[in-house]
Amino acid sequence: MKAFNIVIAGVGGQGVLMASKVLAESALASSMDVKQNEVHGMAQRGGSVISFVRIGAKVHSPVVLPGTADILISFEPLEALRYLHYLKPGGKLVYNKACINPSTVAAGLATYPGDVAQRITAACPDARAIDALQVAKEAGNAKAVNMVMVGSVMKGLPIDSEVVEGVVREISRGKGEDVNMAALRGGAATA
Amino acid sequence: MKKIISGNEAIALSFEDSGGVFASGYPGTPSTETLEEVARLGNVYCEWAPNEKVGLESAIGASLAGGRALATMKHVGVNVAADALMTLTYTGVNAGLILMAADDPGMHSSQNEQDSRNYAKFAKIPMLDPADSQEAYDYVRAGFEISERFDTPVMLRTTTRISHAKGVVEQKGKVAAKVGELAKDVPKYVMLPNFGKIKHVAVEERLLKLQAFAEESPLNRVEMNDPELGIITSGISYQHAKEAFPQASFLKLGLVHPLPEQKIRDFASKVGRLMVVEEMDAIFEEQIRAMGIRVDIGKDRISLCGEVCADIVREAAGAPATSAKTTPAGDLPLRPPTFCPGCAHRGLYSILSKLKVFVSGDIGCYTLGALPPLSAMHTCICMGASISAAHGIAKVNEIAGRTEKPVAVIGDSTFFHSGITGLLSMSYNAGNALVIIMDNRTTGMTGGQENPGSGRHIQGNPAKEVDMVSLVKVLGIENVFEINSYDLKETEAAIRRGLETPGPYVLVDKNPCVLRYRVKKPLVQVSAEKCTGCRACLKASCVALGLKGSGEKPKVSIDPNICNGCGVCSQHCKFDAMTVASGGSHESI
Repeated sequence: MKAFNIVIAGVGGQGVLMASKVLAESALASSMDVKQNEVHGMAQRGGSVISFVRIGAKVHSPVVLPGTADILISFEPLEALRYLHYLKPGGKLVYNKACINPSTVAAGLATYPGDVAQRITAACPDARAIDALQVAKEAGNAKAVNMVMVGSVMKGLPIDSEVVEGVVREISRGKGEDVNMAALRGGAATA
Repeated sequence: MKKIISGNEAIALSFEDSGGVFASGYPGTPSTETLEEVARLGNVYCEWAPNEKVGLESAIGASLAGGRALATMKHVGVNVAADALMTLTYTGVNAGLILMAADDPGMHSSQNEQDSRNYAKFAKIPMLDPADSQEAYDYVRAGFEISERFDTPVMLRTTTRISHAKGVVEQKGKVAAKVGELAKDVPKYVMLPNFGKIKHVAVEERLLKLQAFAEESPLNRVEMNDPELGIITSGISYQHAKEAFPQASFLKLGLVHPLPEQKIRDFASKVGRLMVVEEMDAIFEEQIRAMGIRVDIGKDRISLCGEVCADIVREAAGAPATSAKTTPAGDLPLRPPTFCPGCAHRGLYSILSKLKVFVSGDIGCYTLGALPPLSAMHTCICMGASISAAHGIAKVNEIAGRTEKPVAVIGDSTFFHSGITGLLSMSYNAGNALVIIMDNRTTGMTGGQENPGSGRHIQGNPAKEVDMVSLVKVLGIENVFEINSYDLKETEAAIRRGLETPGPYVLVDKNPCVLRYRVKKPLVQVSAEKCTGCRACLKASCVALGLKGSGEKPKVSIDPNICNGCGVCSQHCKFDAMTVASGGSHESI
């Protein structure tokens, strides 16, 4: 069995790493080998963040190579476009519609492209845009965007949705369990 | 029970499970979480040292006192600790001692890309190079055993993709922590020249014994498959090579110094083409070639710079890359890491940028002040170098007849690390620079670790808190003042005074890190009527700011989900269009 490759992109502070942890733990709970990897350290607040989760019978490298991701999950449209080349032909893309200005845009040095959605669709006609911020707010906390995004791809994973739900419940026990579960299910309902 | 943990967490867990007694280190990506995890697990004493040299020296003391000890640091930290390391290699140890050095190929968050394997050769000590979290766990146990058996410090080397990648780990049986006798052995531990000469001979003999051990040890294992291609590799490179050629034969090195010459000869004789896959330097390849063995594919095909990946290995061996030929979308606005909304550094840099002074920088969050639009830092060499470099600049400015007074910017943790000696020198040698200590009460860039000024130990319990102003005074600096960099006008005036006053001049900004202390203030709001779209506030370089609407002069908007209410942007506004409510709070996490 070839490894199933997931790439999660977003902006520092959005909870990309927690989402990665949920997927990795779900794989382990499904008796699969898993490697998860991201790069952090340099005050990533506000910076572009990318995380890899690889699932399979045996996984060697923790790195997903460009053009080999089965799923790309992006917490922000511009980041979806930035990491779109990681997706393999026919791979699935889900992204959050809510935009966050990069510091370069906030400083007036660059402009946020107005055609991000069109460019994503041109490269990946099946791309799915969801309003994760709105779903998270409805679930009870705008910060639960990460759980909405995990929920939105749950059905396409080689893992049972019940396992993912169990992991989220376990991880968030006593720390917003209800909100996270609602966000996860809200995300799943967008699929 | 199996769990998914990072290499760093695995090292910490194994340190505890292997009877570890004392751990010390200085935060540095990608090593930081190791010591934090030791603290979180809570069963072994651990502490942050002000720098890596102190961390290693304290670990040496712990080993002398009979306790298994660990010192953690990043690759550049080993440079700081190298003085102690080079003699530790002579004295050897009492209880086992491991120096964990985390390399950063690809420079995800470092100022250079040095290969710590050079240090193992340099110090003539064994080095272990784990290839995943499980091996990171296992090698700590093996490291202590080797350390005690061969009377040597052991280096445990990781790279970013080992330290930060998570994999499945199964714990082994626990070794009970025990403390042996305090060693009193003058010829062994007092490195006077006469004793040192004897010990150097012992070091060379030890290396020969380690070579014999390397031949037998299962740490170096042969995986014979298809003999057409044979790959010698270690660490994360093994995973990339295995991903590229699962059917090839491997000599997978776990003990990467000293090398098992006979094992390498045997392996090389059995394979068609011999390939050496290693990140950064050609350490194995040079040694293997020096053995007179032909290497068919090596650093002539794999770059000395950056990380290795499966496709680099495939292409080096003449196989096609398997990943689709995709290219990243061009012309997208970059999203570099930046100061957090509300960070005190922002205001300071907008002033330094405006004053166009030469700024000698240091390692920490504030290094980001070098990036546009602030562009207010002109050198950054290594931790602690800001003040000493500014001192040198000032002296040559004076020799050249230039009147410009340079500015050094340094953080609190960095000042305690090694800035303090630079300031001492500047005081002693009658220097002429303005030093700004951005004392945000934490070690910010690595995630908010405690330090001698933060008033807490690694596990959060109260600690003696150094008073920065008093400390600076004691170093002989008469002109030392506190500033509040959220107040741009007052800060600019203080900086101007510092630049005009001859001699060393120190300003201390004691505003807490907004991330570490969860500072939250009421939001800044923009009046759409008063905003003229002049963009002056964008000089604050805050991600909460954005332009709304189209036309020639779109007006500024503030994202309420991001703004932290520091009010620095509003001080750039000449039209009174930005209002800040008073109040606010912060809490320690």
